[in-house]
Amino acid sequence: MEKKKITIALAGNPNVGKTTLFNAITGARQHVGNWPGVTVEKKTGKRTYKDTEIEVVDLPGTYSLTAYSIDEVVARDYVVEEKPDVVVQIVDATNLERNLYLTTQLMELGSRVVIALNMWDLAESRGDEIDTRKMEDFLEIPVVKTVANRAEGIDALLEEVVREADKGEHHEHEVSYGDDIEKKIIELEKIVGKDSALSGKYPVRWLSVKLLDGDENILEKIEGSSVATQVNSVLSTIKKEDYEAAMAEKRYETINTVLPQVCVKCIKGVTFSDMIDRAVTNKYLGIPIFLAMMWAAFEVTFTVATPLMEFVDMFFGWLAGVVAGSITNPVLGSLLGDGIVAGVGAVMIFLPNILLLFLMISLLEDSGYMARAAFVMDKLMYKIGLNGRSFIPLLMGFGCNVPAIMATRTIEDEKDRLVTILVNPFISCGARLPVYLMLAGAFFGRQAGSVIFGIYILGIIVAILSAKLIRGTVLKGKPSPFIMELPPYRLPTLKASAIHMWEKGSIYLKKAGTIILAGVVFVWLLSAIPAPGVDAAFASEEILGTEDSLIGVLGHIIEPLVAPLGFDWKVAVALVFGFIAKEIVIGSMGVLYGTGEDEDALAEILTAGAMNPLTALGLMVFTLLYVPCIACVGVVKKETGSWKWTLFMVAYGTTLAWIAAFLIYRIGTAIGWGL
Amino acid sequence: MTETTLNLLEPGSKAKVIQITGRGSARRRILDMGMVPGAEIEVIRKAPMGDPLEFLVKGYNLSLRKAEAELIVVQPLGA
Ligand SMILES: Nc1nc2c(ncn2[C@@H]2O[C@H](COP(=O)(O)OP(=O)(O)O)[C@@H](O)[C@H]2O)c(=O)[nH]1
Repeated sequence: MEKKKITIALAGNPNVGKTTLFNAITGARQHVGNWPGVTVEKKTGKRTYKDTEIEVVDLPGTYSLTAYSIDEVVARDYVVEEKPDVVVQIVDATNLERNLYLTTQLMELGSRVVIALNMWDLAESRGDEIDTRKMEDFLEIPVVKTVANRAEGIDALLEEVVREADKGEHHEHEVSYGDDIEKKIIELEKIVGKDSALSGKYPVRWLSVKLLDGDENILEKIEGSSVATQVNSVLSTIKKEDYEAAMAEKRYETINTVLPQVCVKCIKGVTFSDMIDRAVTNKYLGIPIFLAMMWAAFEVTFTVATPLMEFVDMFFGWLAGVVAGSITNPVLGSLLGDGIVAGVGAVMIFLPNILLLFLMISLLEDSGYMARAAFVMDKLMYKIGLNGRSFIPLLMGFGCNVPAIMATRTIEDEKDRLVTILVNPFISCGARLPVYLMLAGAFFGRQAGSVIFGIYILGIIVAILSAKLIRGTVLKGKPSPFIMELPPYRLPTLKASAIHMWEKGSIYLKKAGTIILAGVVFVWLLSAIPAPGVDAAFASEEILGTEDSLIGVLGHIIEPLVAPLGFDWKVAVALVFGFIAKEIVIGSMGVLYGTGEDEDALAEILTAGAMNPLTALGLMVFTLLYVPCIACVGVVKKETGSWKWTLFMVAYGTTLAWIAAFLIYRIGTAIGWGL
Repeated sequence: MTETTLNLLEPGSKAKVIQITGRGSARRRILDMGMVPGAEIEVIRKAPMGDPLEFLVKGYNLSLRKAEAELIVVQPLGA
């Protein structure tokens, strides 16, 4: 028998267990991507229930369906335009009032709704009595009790969903806004209904309601239509602010007339969470606890990952050797081994960091602590034009900017998120430390520690000033308002965290991985192709990464650009290699100065005249600020979804690096410092 | 007691929302989150650095910066 196919969308407030329920319904059959045109994550999955194949689309978690955030626009556009057969709203049984606010909006959209009354276990254990029968009668929506983290009630929910999708007729139910507003709604309905393009696509009543609601997104849609002037003349007769407030009030009022009968006994507020919060957000303890949590997350992410990364590194080094050795054609062998395999290694090396960081973030997020972290840090971050949620991605940048930039997903506001991404590379990651260690060690002796510390501080200052600058110019505007729920604490499940970790890892491999691989292979080719006029074989040992390869030629081409900074072509080549990974800067200088792996020998040559303290300091600062490594560029492209912003970041950083190194060298020379 | 704005209340105090001033999407969001005229609010605490603030409204905990809380005109309720 032919299987029936239906599509359902999952909607719900944040923190109601939507992800858990999605996982429980679809199991491993998931696909993660982006919603078209925006960097909001889109998850879809499949489930066969009896003879129905169900496609499940996870909508972004939202409190409402206005045009407040992209999440909300994405969610409602999907419901209106794609018309899923059923919308399942996950409702937190321990907080019906605010959750049902979204229900009123889904109803207005004219969709068939089924409510999954989740967290049923929590409501029951604290003694709430909810009459789901009455709830169904009042809302005219099927209600199914679920406990998502124990996968309870899933079959009953799917049963109800399939039945609802089968129903022929669809009864529209709506909020009644009272005489004055209803009059305006009817007036607008008549006008909007005349434009067939609009009324064919959207429910007319909904459009009218949203217009009175002052919804910018809908106003824009009307502007371009045939009824724009008529609509505007109606809207000009009302006081917008009053209508907005009155309509939100009416929606809550509708809920409040239903609630007392549905909630036979419902406890308000959350006592257990409040106990934890007394410590975690305490005036004196709040910040120390936050720092301790961050320290723990940082240690797990970066210290635990180190041996894993070393293993990945060793494995690919070994594999590259095996591949290169086992292929008789030396050129092909070298290309596959040192180019491709090494490139794949360069992608894989970040995987332990990314997986562990997202394990940590997922635990912090699902437990409810992440919102407290934002609450505690907001004031500080607000001062630099960001918000509380920007802190963790910035902090993680000290370990590695790649997972740190991926972690900006938790920032709701698009502009805040973009700024946090763009300044993140200035936070000095672990890979830059070997460069500082070698140069500072060689040139600054006992002061080396202070110099390196100074570099880190410089990175932080540049990040802060850049955030302010970007906020004041290209991304004008105040930080987004801070209107955030502090959700009740919940016990996170390892399964959900593992799934989250896996998703992030695979997205990284798929999206950023290709860019990184291409970059590595490209730079390798440059270092392997003999320079014009040099009589040597492709990728032969004696030319690899030296003056006799194309990269040497490139070094000489770049040299005039970096000469004002006191750098020669060898440094220029090393900086090109640094694009692959910052720690390679030192290694490639070793190759160019003929000292190989021996850092002491390199230090000796450099201090003997190849460089001086000023150029060394300049190089350290340059390494801090210039184009971040290829993996970082790859994730910036992936996370901003835009080459324009990616190039902006690269150009901005490199320009700053140049100016800083120039000033150090010129001013230092002029005052005769360090010479 | 006379009307005041939410940012001026001390933790522990309760109040009833009279109206939300200001305009635009932040105001909309505040309304959507349940801070509608007539709603009852309790001030729970301040963040360690003094800002933002935490409130209990519609049975859940919401945090707002002082800047946003200033938009909310309230009538304090006796303890
Ligand atoms: N006790 C209980 N916890 C749940 C239930 N559903 C989800 N959780 C937990 O609630 C937290 C938030 O769930 P999540 O699915 O991440 O919420 P989302 O933000 O809506 O996607 C997690 O720690 C879950 O394990 C439930 O029915 N009962």
